[in-house]
Amino acid sequence: MKKEYLKIDKVVGPLIQVSEVDDVFYGESVDILDISSGKIKKGKVIKIEAENVVIQVFQNTTGLAAGNSIIKFTGESFKLPMSLDLQGRIFNGIGEPIDNGSAIFSAIEANINGRPINPMSREYPRNYIQTGISSIDTLATLIRGQKLPIFSGNGLPHNELAAQIVRQAQLGDNTGEEFGVVFAAIGVKHDDEKFFRKSFSEANIMDHVVMFVNYADDPIAERITTPRCALTAAEYLAFEKNMHILVVMTDMTSYCEALREISSAREEVPSRKGYPGYMYSDLASLYERAGMLKNSSGSITFLPILTMPNDDITHPIPDLTGYITEGQIVLGRDLFQQSIYPPVSILPSLSRLMKDGIGEGFTREDHAEVTNQLFASYSKVQEVRDLSQIIGEEELSPTDKKYMAFGRAFEATFLNQGFDESRSIIESLDLGWRLLAILPLTELDRLSPENIEKYFSKES
Amino acid sequence: MAEQNINRETGIIYAINGPVIKGKKMSSFKMREMVTVGAKQLIGEVIVLEGDIGTIQVYEETEGLKAGEVIISTGQPLSLKLGPGLLKNMFDGIQRPLQKIQELSPIFIPEGIGLLSIDEKKRWDTTITVKPGDILSAGSIFGLVQETEVIENRLLVPPNVSGTIVEIVENGCYTIDDVLVKIRDEKDAIHELKMAQVWPVRTPRPNAWRGETLVPLVTGQRVIDIFFPIAKGGTAAIPGGFGTGKTMTQHQLAKWSDADIIVYIGCGERGNEMTEVIEDFPKLIDPQSGKSIMERTVLIANTSNMPVAAREASIYTGVTIAEYYRDMGYAVALMADSTSRWAEALREISGRLEEMPAEEGYPAYLPSRIAEFYERAGSVETLGGGEGSITIIGAVSPAGGDFSEPVTENTKRFVNVFLALDKSLAYARHYPAINWLESYSGYIKILTDWYEDNVAEDCIDLRNKMLELLFQENKLLEMVMLVGEDVLPDDQRWILEIAKIIKVGYLQQNAYNKEDTYVPLKKQYAMLKAIEYLYEKGREGLKLGIPTSQLKNADIFSEFIKMKYTVPNDDLSGIDRLKEEIDSFYETLFERYTN
Ligand SMILES: Nc1ncnc2c1ncn2[C@@H]1O[C@H](COP(=O)(O)OP(=O)(O)O)[C@@H](O)[C@H]1O
Ligand SMILES: [Mg+2]
Repeated sequence: MKKEYLKIDKVVGPLIQVSEVDDVFYGESVDILDISSGKIKKGKVIKIEAENVVIQVFQNTTGLAAGNSIIKFTGESFKLPMSLDLQGRIFNGIGEPIDNGSAIFSAIEANINGRPINPMSREYPRNYIQTGISSIDTLATLIRGQKLPIFSGNGLPHNELAAQIVRQAQLGDNTGEEFGVVFAAIGVKHDDEKFFRKSFSEANIMDHVVMFVNYADDPIAERITTPRCALTAAEYLAFEKNMHILVVMTDMTSYCEALREISSAREEVPSRKGYPGYMYSDLASLYERAGMLKNSSGSITFLPILTMPNDDITHPIPDLTGYITEGQIVLGRDLFQQSIYPPVSILPSLSRLMKDGIGEGFTREDHAEVTNQLFASYSKVQEVRDLSQIIGEEELSPTDKKYMAFGRAFEATFLNQGFDESRSIIESLDLGWRLLAILPLTELDRLSPENIEKYFSKES
Repeated sequence: MAEQNINRETGIIYAINGPVIKGKKMSSFKMREMVTVGAKQLIGEVIVLEGDIGTIQVYEETEGLKAGEVIISTGQPLSLKLGPGLLKNMFDGIQRPLQKIQELSPIFIPEGIGLLSIDEKKRWDTTITVKPGDILSAGSIFGLVQETEVIENRLLVPPNVSGTIVEIVENGCYTIDDVLVKIRDEKDAIHELKMAQVWPVRTPRPNAWRGETLVPLVTGQRVIDIFFPIAKGGTAAIPGGFGTGKTMTQHQLAKWSDADIIVYIGCGERGNEMTEVIEDFPKLIDPQSGKSIMERTVLIANTSNMPVAAREASIYTGVTIAEYYRDMGYAVALMADSTSRWAEALREISGRLEEMPAEEGYPAYLPSRIAEFYERAGSVETLGGGEGSITIIGAVSPAGGDFSEPVTENTKRFVNVFLALDKSLAYARHYPAINWLESYSGYIKILTDWYEDNVAEDCIDLRNKMLELLFQENKLLEMVMLVGEDVLPDDQRWILEIAKIIKVGYLQQNAYNKEDTYVPLKKQYAMLKAIEYLYEKGREGLKLGIPTSQLKNADIFSEFIKMKYTVPNDDLSGIDRLKEEIDSFYETLFERYTN
């Protein structure tokens, strides 16, 4: 029988301190009964110093005070029941149902923190997923089992893009493999959550979606558990049930802000911009849960979304994310202002895993070259645009003028596409060749004679 | 090592804060001693001792620990078991084999698996090379084991032992813990020599003498070998923001450089990158040995989601293993990707110890730790009288890609080659994105003789000339950005044209292309020499008053840009043909202008 404690020494933000405690373990899950409201709040032991224990409470701590609460150590770590019945359900950030459905019962319970995957157990991801979006499929190809975040900014259409990817991505292949979506909303507006729910039901996949939702007005500390609950569900479905799971998570910025707030309540030494020094490891403990395994046919493909504060890619949140994830899709405000959708800023975008998933036998033999050439040419467009700012477009050399034309056409027809428009990878590559034909052949130094012979002459 | 009869001390856990715990009743523990913590016997190391209280960093997940559980001493500092069985394997930050761990737990890494190390059961075919009566000094060789197809493990007398042989075993198959040779020292004490020896990770292994090699680490990467070479026994840093190519460059070096042994430390980086190495390396053939490159490789993995204290240790584990092979007389190259994650691990532990932070939360001892690490590189005369070296190449991941942060700045102080990766080059897919204006090698001078003797008499002069051209181009481009290219005089426009060939045709090197991923020095030189040839031809033309537009022949330029793919590594006749084409084109052109 675990002991119960009545005395809280101190409440600091989401943390409470309790003294004269014995026999609790680090990471132990705690139930806190608020006597006045009769509600049970959940928490976790995050520091032990002799008989003094610091508990991080995942719900609001207002109202908690000495004398009006009962603290019960559960003797367990924070676990969630796992079952196929998770699908089609909606939970809050600590895994409690909020859809009026019944509780999940299962003999299988999993610690939400997970454990590091042994690199020997991983299978290197190699199969591409067609999203139907030219910029992504051609230039930053998504691979099954990849963690590929969307770096966005406030007001940019990242939700639309994520929803479009979920709708159009062909996750399962023809062999009848099962797919599912795990969606985690962290500190999001009710509208955003509704948007996703609506787009899942319009795509008729609600039965395959598990949702964990922490709204903007929900407790900060619950943001720490929301992604962990979601990834625990994803691991179960992917690695135990062999499903192909796409995890969409928004907004990682709210997650990191919660981390900072708790760190400052703990009076820890901050590193850049007040974020804790361990934020890299902490984010890695989430992102690294994506992937594929040798002894399971399932996969976790992970699409976290984050909004870059002030659109600054060097801000610690996108910076540390980019250091962990396998590339990034960056949205640009300038493109958005020109009404280009999706406003994918291709130069800073990258898919680190595409190299093994494209080309002959996967997409088409010219894919790598077209990608390289589009990147090289479009980066030249940026230089030419800078120059034309200074000397005027009329003064540009004939070749540079062609770059200007290429840049405009590329943005208007290749980047730009409809919310519901799904292009095959072959269509996208062909479109790439047509656009490159705007430039003189001598400028196309990334293309091999064989591919030029085969694809260029035909198009131009 | 007399492990059995140690008096095991016990302390009591009283505080737990992430990977850092505190214990009471620890006055008889020793600083830097390895301990086991709690009922699960997690592995830890004492990092602070103050009276009765000890602070321990724990190399495994601490969730589940309770105050009141015991801490047990091992009587030894955190040590490695060094012996055959390291090569071709992957270990965690404290040398536990990940393959073995996978057999115990198929997917995830559990805690409390105890101290595992290299395989103790495997029997190795052993040749004893000494006889009774021989005198063995520290570091001398007493036997040989073919550890892999390409590497012979030379069994060494440990650094602190010497004496006269009193007993040996017959040649045959033995495990790493079998006694092979017994020697009697000056004080009449008997020492047992085994295949494996135990060495504390934080103590550099001694050597007889530190020298200087005058030989480059040949990497097959043009921008490195020709422009910014690394000496064997030297130090290099590869700083760059995310996605600029640190890991790719490190992988390329691990795959292709002409070291005997590669120690690759994945320090706080992606799990999939280590998986990729495990999958790819066995399939790649080393141009020197003709065998798989895995045969000479040791991997250390502490991925970003593995315990942070073991990340701090992984760097030392790697470099100690490197020293072990160096002491056998091998040229070892060590890659650490990324040293910033190690520095951050130091910062995290320091923060939990509530030490006074210096810059950006890093502890004040960060510079000295970085210096100590890179100081373990070098060319040495080994205790046994052989020659060995360790080259250290560390990736650095600056926050925000800004090189003025503490880890980059302090690393720069202690390394001699700086390969600065550049975001804008990476954005334009110019790979490797090594910025030729910011990078440098401090080894050009000492390596000049080697290049002159082994590559070409004018190799370094040619390098300097071409680098100078790139510097000029940079200045000219600044001008172009103000006024456009048209106003430049022809000789300057010719420089721009040639610089473009150097950048696209030479500096860019595609790691994914079979021909281009590794290029022998001969071809590296021949390519650059051909570019110079074209440059000089053009200058002759300029003297005749021929405009750049006429000098630039689209076909020839396109062939120059593609010669890295079209000229096979083992048949450079294509480059000669290219020169002939240049000759005939310019001959006709010049004739038109002179007549
Ligand atoms: N030499 C190269 N050849 C081809 N592609 C490269 C090269 N170097 C880098 N890249 C590309 O850049 C991407 C990022 O490189 P990586 O080494 O993973 O960066 P970092 O470790 O600095 O984050 C790779 O996935 C690859 O697509
Ligand atoms: Mg990397």
